Amino acid sequence: MADKLADADRRKRRDLKSFYGLEGEANGEVPAGGESTKPAASTDPCDINSPHFQPDVYLNKLIQERSLVELMEQEQTMTKDIRSLDSDMQTLVYENYNKFISATDTIRKMKNDFKKMEDEMDHLATNMSKITTFSASISDTLQDRRHQITKLAGVHSLLKKLQFLFELPARLKKCIEMEAYSQAVRYYTKAQRVLHQYSHMPSFQGINRDCDAIIQQLCTTLRQQFKEKESTPKQLAECVDLLLQLDEPPEELCDEFLSHARQKIDEDLQDLDRQIKLQSGEAVPVQEDRPAKAFMNTPMDVLEFVDAGCNGFLSNMCLVIASYNDMFLSRTQTDERLDNIALRKLVLFVNDLMEQYFDFVRQRVQLERETGDNTILVRALDRFHRRLQAMNKLLPDTDFSRAGTEIVSKAAKDRVGHYLQTLKQHFADALTDIRQNLAAPRLVGKHDGVAKLAELLSNMQGSVVEQIKSVLNNLQAFIAADITFAMKPYFRGPFCNQDVREGLVVGFVKHICAVCNEFCESSSDRGSVPPALLLILSRYCIDLENATISYLLTLTEEQFLVEERAAGSPVADLCNEAKSAAQRLLNHFVRVQGLTISQMLRKSVETRDWLNTIEPRNVRAVMKRVVEDMTAIDLQVGQLYEEGVRRERSSDSSRRTHPHSMSQQNKRLQWSYSPSVDNSLMSNIQKLFSEKIEVFSAVEFSKVSVLTGIIKISLKTFLECVRLRTFGRYGLQQIQVDTHYLQLYLWRFVSDENLVQVLLDEIVCSSVHRCVDPVMMEPSVIDLICERG
Amino acid sequence: MEDEAPVIYGLEFQARSLTAQAAETDRIRFLVGTQSLRSENQVHHIDFDDENNVINKNVFLHREGEVWHISASTFDTSLLTTCYNKTSETKSELRSAVWRLPDDVDPSSPADDHSSSHSPLELLCHLDSGDHDVKGILWHPTGDGQTILGLSEDRILTWDLNVASSSASLTDTITLQSKGQPRLTCGRWNPHHNCAQIATANEATIRGWDLRSKQQTYQMEGAHGQLVRDLDFNPNRQYYLASCGDDCRVKFWDTRNCSEPLKVLSDHSHWVWSVRYNHFHDQLVLTSSSDSRVILNNVVTLSSEPFGHLVEQDDDSDSDSQQDRPQEAPKDGVIATYEEHEDSVYAVDWSTADPWVFASLSYDGRLVINRVPRAEKYKILL
Repeated sequence: MADKLADADRRKRRDLKSFYGLEGEANGEVPAGGESTKPAASTDPCDINSPHFQPDVYLNKLIQERSLVELMEQEQTMTKDIRSLDSDMQTLVYENYNKFISATDTIRKMKNDFKKMEDEMDHLATNMSKITTFSASISDTLQDRRHQITKLAGVHSLLKKLQFLFELPARLKKCIEMEAYSQAVRYYTKAQRVLHQYSHMPSFQGINRDCDAIIQQLCTTLRQQFKEKESTPKQLAECVDLLLQLDEPPEELCDEFLSHARQKIDEDLQDLDRQIKLQSGEAVPVQEDRPAKAFMNTPMDVLEFVDAGCNGFLSNMCLVIASYNDMFLSRTQTDERLDNIALRKLVLFVNDLMEQYFDFVRQRVQLERETGDNTILVRALDRFHRRLQAMNKLLPDTDFSRAGTEIVSKAAKDRVGHYLQTLKQHFADALTDIRQNLAAPRLVGKHDGVAKLAELLSNMQGSVVEQIKSVLNNLQAFIAADITFAMKPYFRGPFCNQDVREGLVVGFVKHICAVCNEFCESSSDRGSVPPALLLILSRYCIDLENATISYLLTLTEEQFLVEERAAGSPVADLCNEAKSAAQRLLNHFVRVQGLTISQMLRKSVETRDWLNTIEPRNVRAVMKRVVEDMTAIDLQVGQLYEEGVRRERSSDSSRRTHPHSMSQQNKRLQWSYSPSVDNSLMSNIQKLFSEKIEVFSAVEFSKVSVLTGIIKISLKTFLECVRLRTFGRYGLQQIQVDTHYLQLYLWRFVSDENLVQVLLDEIVCSSVHRCVDPVMMEPSVIDLICERG
Repeated sequence: MEDEAPVIYGLEFQARSLTAQAAETDRIRFLVGTQSLRSENQVHHIDFDDENNVINKNVFLHREGEVWHISASTFDTSLLTTCYNKTSETKSELRSAVWRLPDDVDPSSPADDHSSSHSPLELLCHLDSGDHDVKGILWHPTGDGQTILGLSEDRILTWDLNVASSSASLTDTITLQSKGQPRLTCGRWNPHHNCAQIATANEATIRGWDLRSKQQTYQMEGAHGQLVRDLDFNPNRQYYLASCGDDCRVKFWDTRNCSEPLKVLSDHSHWVWSVRYNHFHDQLVLTSSSDSRVILNNVVTLSSEPFGHLVEQDDDSDSDSQQDRPQEAPKDGVIATYEEHEDSVYAVDWSTADPWVFASLSYDGRLVINRVPRAEKYKILL
């Protein structure tokens, strides 16, 4: 039912709309209604509500499609609809009628009201015209007076101004008396233009003169104040400001201001200078009257110094620059040219002073070289560096940080140099230590003394490496994370690579090599270096080459983050240097030891009368001594060097147990039976097949090679000495005994037994040559004597 | 280069004494004395034919004993002195004598001629040295005197030689005052300063002597690390002295400054037994050593011609010389190492006739005659 009602309502509205020509709009509204059939129905001739409704079609359709009952029903509903539609229409018509009636009433009432209002308006218009006429007449009467008043007011203000001018000198004087300079200047600037304009009139001229005089006085007062030492920067700024307003030449003012500022800053600098002198001991503390200044008398450490510099000098500097900027540069009215001049003056001034300051800092930092504490120095430098950067911001055109960094770099470099010096000293001390240890009498037996070599070596190695490590640690303070300059690449790169790596570590290694080489060069004549020291150093250099150098460099590179590619001298070069130093030392050791034994042998051969000697009963003591010395050297070298390779000998194991071999005996038999045969032929043939023996040749880093070298030198000397003597029969036999003894004991030290053999054979051979009566001794007797000895 | 090859001459005996025949200035001649205790010793008179590259020799018998030192007279080609070893069963003494080469010197006999009949040297006179061993004899360098010096243990002996009367008289003795028993090992007569000075060596010390005042003039204590083996004066430059010794080094000294050597060479690997300046071009210095090598050094920086040969050039060759000059950057260094010897080389000497020829003698009796390399020769001459 509700549906039906709504439907009816809608239809009603639509009809109304169509009546008022709103059909189009209604059509647009329809789809929103939700009835899907509607659009189709609009053209459907069977739709009863459609304007296209055709009753015939509809009727036919109904008749054709519906049953009778349905038709009946349809007919009923139709009539019902018609009826309801009729009643609807009636209600509508009625309602509208009522509304029309009330509208007519309202219009009539309005008509009456408007008539009344019209009357009142007319009345108002007449009143207004009356008022206008009255007011016109009043203003006409007042016109004259007003003109007069205006004129009078003008005269009054002019008089007032004149009065001000006349009173100006007095005022100015008063202001100056009261020290209200700014007030005075304001007055003056106000009046100045007028005064100038009318200066041709005598009265104004007088005032002008007075004013000028007063202002002149003011200027001088201001300048006086400007020059006074005690005036604060703020006062100064005020002065300058006023003076500028008074059209004083700014350049002059700049100069004056700067020279004034200079006095104060110079004082700061003098303080710094005195500190430096105190520190370096040049100046004695002066008795100061003021207790506040007493602290200046005691030498400060570098941190305090830099602090004092920052707080005193740099702060004042900043203040000067800032106030200068405010006064001369930031003023809008000054022209470009003046600006430039002023800026240049400032820059000159600042540069000059900063240079002095840098000089002082540099001196002070250099004085710091002697003390060992890094952290304070680094902190001082850091503070210095930071403050300088602050300066840079203040004065953009100049770059003090470069100079500052240079100072910092220099300081760091000096420090590194100082450490290098310490390391060198330490190394020298270590060497002295070893010397003393070597020279000290051996307390507990010989073995203990020999065992000390390895110990001394490791002690030295340990202490040197420790020292380097601690130095590196100390130096790390320079690149600590909280230090600003440490982060700058222009400091960090050169410092880490050139100073620390190259200057310190590489430099130290090179120094060690140089010291070692020096031992080989100069002292060869003096012979003051204990051979054991040479041996230790040689081993030390070998160890440097093998491990220590690369370890130290890697450590440095890690700690100081040196990039591999940036690294300077390569490790291999250093290693080579160390190796050649080791080689030289070892060669020198061999030479020294060889010469000592040579000397012994030479003396023993030269001082004996070989012609008139008795039949040998013993091995000569000097030979025993030689063997003893060799054994001692063997022990020493064995402490530090590996055994080394011996040349492969015959597999006959009996040779080792009985060193006097068959071949040797054969040879001896040969000699003893045929002494008249030209032996030189034999030895020459032998020489053809054996290599030339290099006596003072380089040795390898092994015990065997070292001892071979020493033995070669000794035996060659023996040979040369024998050739200079003439032997009797027993002299020759003594040589036979001696060489056999050496043969018995020396073979075990050398790499190539054959070598000893050849040399000893040559000695015997030469002594046979040099013998007046060459009769050889029986080998069995020789054996006997040697075994007994 | 064929003619740059060394010429080798073998002696039958061992030998350690060699000298150039100093008075001979036309032919390249050397004297060698042998050492043999059991056979008769000889003095070989060697003549080197430079053009044919052949050695001619004369062998003279030296019957007195083995020759330890030989020196030729500076004014008479036929005179020489030897220091020889006189041995008996119980003692061996070093004595010295002046000899005359027999007149019938026939230098053309080839070196390989082994005629067994050698004539003996003619004895001019013995040099009386008391009971002391004589280590060496020095002839007056310029040959205008008749004075002969002998080094004998701790003293320097002076003889006055009278050739005509075949006699020599001991005129002077300078004794070395020193601790222990100093023994002079070698000596050299300074050719400068009117030949009034000599230098001697004992152990590691070199001393200078003034023959007129008979006083020591300078002393180089510890001139070498070990024994000093030989000395030689620069023939063209005053005060310059070369020394060598058992420390394998050759040192050059200015005798006015005895504390530091001017230069040290250490090219040998064993004792250096002999050092000799070339008489004509004193930048050439020969050394021989018991490492069986002979080394020819260029010591141009200490020579009398440190900037090369400053001879006035002809005008037309000026352009050439100017082109050549930059190349002539004289540098010190080893010019050549000669390895022909197989035993210790105890003696070496320059020829007095040809500035480019020298002889060296090793203990096994091998005498080698060598020349300065041609390149070096031209470098000096041009």
